[in-house]
Amino acid sequence: MKVIIAGDGKVGVAIARQLSTEGYDLTIIDSNQAILDSTLDQYDVMTVPGNCATMKVLLEAGIKDAQLLIATAGADEINLLCCMTAHTLNPNIHTIARIRNPEYSEQLFRMRNTFALSLAINPEKKAAHQMERLLKFPGFLKRESFAKDRVEIVELRIEKDSRLNHVSLVNLDSIIKCKVLVCAVLRDGQAIMPGGDFVFQEDDRVFVTAPTNVLAVLLKNLGIITHKVGRVMIAGGGRTSYYLAQSLLKIGMHVQIIEKDREKCEELSELLPNADIICGDASSHALMESEGLAKCDALVSMTGIDEINIIISLYASELGIPHVITKISHSENSAILDHLPVGSVICPKDLCCSTIVRYVRAVKNQAGAAVSVHSIANGLAEAVEFVADENTKNCGIPLKNLHLKNGTLIVSITHNGKTEIPNGESSFQIGDTVIVVTKAERVLLQLNDIFE
Amino acid sequence: MNYRKINKFLSEILILVAIAMLPSTFICLFDGETKVALSFLYSILIAVVLSVILKFISRKQSGGFHSREGLICVSLSWILISLIGCLPFFFSRQIPSFIDALFEIVSGFTTTGASILPDVESLSRGLLFWRSFSHWMGGMGVLVLLMVFVPKSDHNTGSTMHLLRAESPGPNVGKLVPSMKKTALALYGIYMALTVLDFIFLIAGGMPPFDSVCTAFGTAGTGGFGIKNDSMASYSPYIQNVTTVFMLLFGINFSCYYLILTKRFISVLKDEELRAYLGIFIGATALIAFNIYNMYSGISETLRHAAFQVSTIMTTTGFATTDFDKWPVFSKTLLLCLMFIGASAGSTAGGLKFQRLLLLIKNLKRHIRQTLYPNKVQIVRMNGEKVNEKILESTNLYLIGYTFIIVTSFLLISIDGFSITSNMSAVISCFNNIGPGLEAVGPTCNFSGYSVFSKLVLIFDMLAGRLEILPLLGLLSLRTWKRK
Repeated sequence: MKVIIAGDGKVGVAIARQLSTEGYDLTIIDSNQAILDSTLDQYDVMTVPGNCATMKVLLEAGIKDAQLLIATAGADEINLLCCMTAHTLNPNIHTIARIRNPEYSEQLFRMRNTFALSLAINPEKKAAHQMERLLKFPGFLKRESFAKDRVEIVELRIEKDSRLNHVSLVNLDSIIKCKVLVCAVLRDGQAIMPGGDFVFQEDDRVFVTAPTNVLAVLLKNLGIITHKVGRVMIAGGGRTSYYLAQSLLKIGMHVQIIEKDREKCEELSELLPNADIICGDASSHALMESEGLAKCDALVSMTGIDEINIIISLYASELGIPHVITKISHSENSAILDHLPVGSVICPKDLCCSTIVRYVRAVKNQAGAAVSVHSIANGLAEAVEFVADENTKNCGIPLKNLHLKNGTLIVSITHNGKTEIPNGESSFQIGDTVIVVTKAERVLLQLNDIFE
Repeated sequence: MNYRKINKFLSEILILVAIAMLPSTFICLFDGETKVALSFLYSILIAVVLSVILKFISRKQSGGFHSREGLICVSLSWILISLIGCLPFFFSRQIPSFIDALFEIVSGFTTTGASILPDVESLSRGLLFWRSFSHWMGGMGVLVLLMVFVPKSDHNTGSTMHLLRAESPGPNVGKLVPSMKKTALALYGIYMALTVLDFIFLIAGGMPPFDSVCTAFGTAGTGGFGIKNDSMASYSPYIQNVTTVFMLLFGINFSCYYLILTKRFISVLKDEELRAYLGIFIGATALIAFNIYNMYSGISETLRHAAFQVSTIMTTTGFATTDFDKWPVFSKTLLLCLMFIGASAGSTAGGLKFQRLLLLIKNLKRHIRQTLYPNKVQIVRMNGEKVNEKILESTNLYLIGYTFIIVTSFLLISIDGFSITSNMSAVISCFNNIGPGLEAVGPTCNFSGYSVFSKLVLIFDMLAGRLEILPLLGLLSLRTWKRK
């Protein structure tokens, strides 16, 4: 399948990396030749220099026989124009555009057909939504939901005094007293699919599959005290901060935003009358202290600079803030962050990229395709959601009799709205939602791909 | 330096060479030449054993593959296939000296076509086939061939781009389609189709099948190993004309064929390089025909010989239908000049390439104008599009490296005491992958007279010419080998 990516920025490259491993024919358009050259050196793609919103360049990139256009250029207007132009040249093309300006959100919905958009993505909004979910359920580093929010994969870190430290997997059930499944463990930068004799260690990051309704029990039995987040401090007043503050205020939390730029502060206080907007430098300890950081239940650091975010989060962790969220823009650095107490790490680029990849897979393979794909464990493993259909093999056969490929694991089966964490006796039927965790180097396009 | 990844590629290349030797082995067995067949089998065995060892060393891989690894990998691959490829000649004792055997196969893989054999017809058919087949493999590139076979998952990354850049000729190497495997498939598909077409035309002209296959391989790779002592002279005028046309076709940039296949005819017609290439061919043929008119009987024979020789020299093939060493000085000089230019970038031919020549001329023109009007902003255009300054700079530097290697080699082989014309034409002919030169290395003579040292220099020249200098010079640079 031929895919064109317009805009070779951070998101463009991340999509290129993912899609080129999956074997799509990618053409990337950008006006900066140097950036194109470096992408060409890293991935199996073709590049076209020029303005992606012009007919000439789009034709050169082969828009006529492309099936999908992903517009991720810097400006929203260019992305829109690019999609409209592409649609004129090839009426059957699917288009995805990144639109970040909240002012466009209404007309995007009403003018969908005019803009010829199949999907509009707002990475900041996505990130804010993810952060909101984490703040609603503090204690987990990350939450990914599946099967219409009935199942989640949550990420935990084994602390020194954790009840799970030095516990082997077979004894897990006796501690947590609820049915969950450990699907992957990230240790020293390696993703492990643990067996029964696996022993947890300090600093392991554990990925657990659990029905949404047992999450509270899980947290309680693990001894992770979670009190409801009431006061949130947000460092940095960008778009994500706006979206996050807006939704947190709606559910009755108290929000403080610290922003350096006076004009931005005024704009924010106009938009968010119920939030405290503080004009100042979030990296200054004195200011944070005087604004009462120590009394906050959560801190979200999302200034524009990754380094400052990390420093702020480290400081907040030292103060003992129960929940810390760090936004970073360069996810390549996230492996270094594994060993630092910076709380949950959120990368809007990765969120945006996985949404797009999900859409691309759906376009490619209408029947039997993955419903959703979430990358976990720093992208070393993937959790893929499928719906079993008539073409799926081995329906109704107990799992213990199936031969799954090495490094794949069925972590949950949802049957008629009831979620089951499977054991050897479980089986799936037609119409069931099945979630599979696999090492990221193996690409699963269909449920049948997991069988030997 | 990521030695393990390089070893992996080398191990795969060895398997490819081993497979490539199989047809020749069967021909030997068919002819009942068991001794030669055995020497092929020994060579295959050595290649497979080496490959397994390399595979074992490189079983755990990690880390990246960058342009440094790309360059080194390509040059090491070419040296390795030459060392393995020469073994059948050596084992069968049909070329008793190892250096001579190496010279012969390097000349084959680099599509030079320069030989050290005084009597080609004495070689057994399996070895003749292997010589010609090496032209075919070397013409489009062995690593590009490898990319056709390795599974797609192996080149998700851009690492293969470094290999393509290092192996393919031309200042600005690009893919035809986004995926490298499909690009390699498209290139080899076009290559194969043209070769088969050539073969059909030759066989239709009454050429024996074995001769047709070998000639088609030699033409396709623009190599020029003949299987007769007089190269192409004894074949019918029809066969000579077919070869003239096909040599010309293989000297055209392969992306032009891809454009034709995707029905973009106008861009092909407007291609500046193609126009210059055909223009010079017609001009040079006319001039030479005028110059040698009194040597042959009749217009058609004169034109045939002129066109064949111009085509064979321009596309750096190196077949011959007549001894052009006996031609007047003007014609010989013109041929010598054409040797420098070579054919189009992105073809199987060697030489400086028309694209570089055009860029150099345009850049010079710009420099002159810039001196006259210092404030005027001027850019160099090719086919109506701006040429990147980086490409212009590397083209300039390429010419410097090119001149430097020619001058140094010229000096080094002069120790053997042949005439200046012979030495100069030998270096130019080897470096540009043509084959025959003038006087002592003319179309009817060969390179056997040179000493071992000179042969090594010429082997280096052939490889440097085929890989376009940089990969080999990169190999010689000490810094490349420092552990980092």
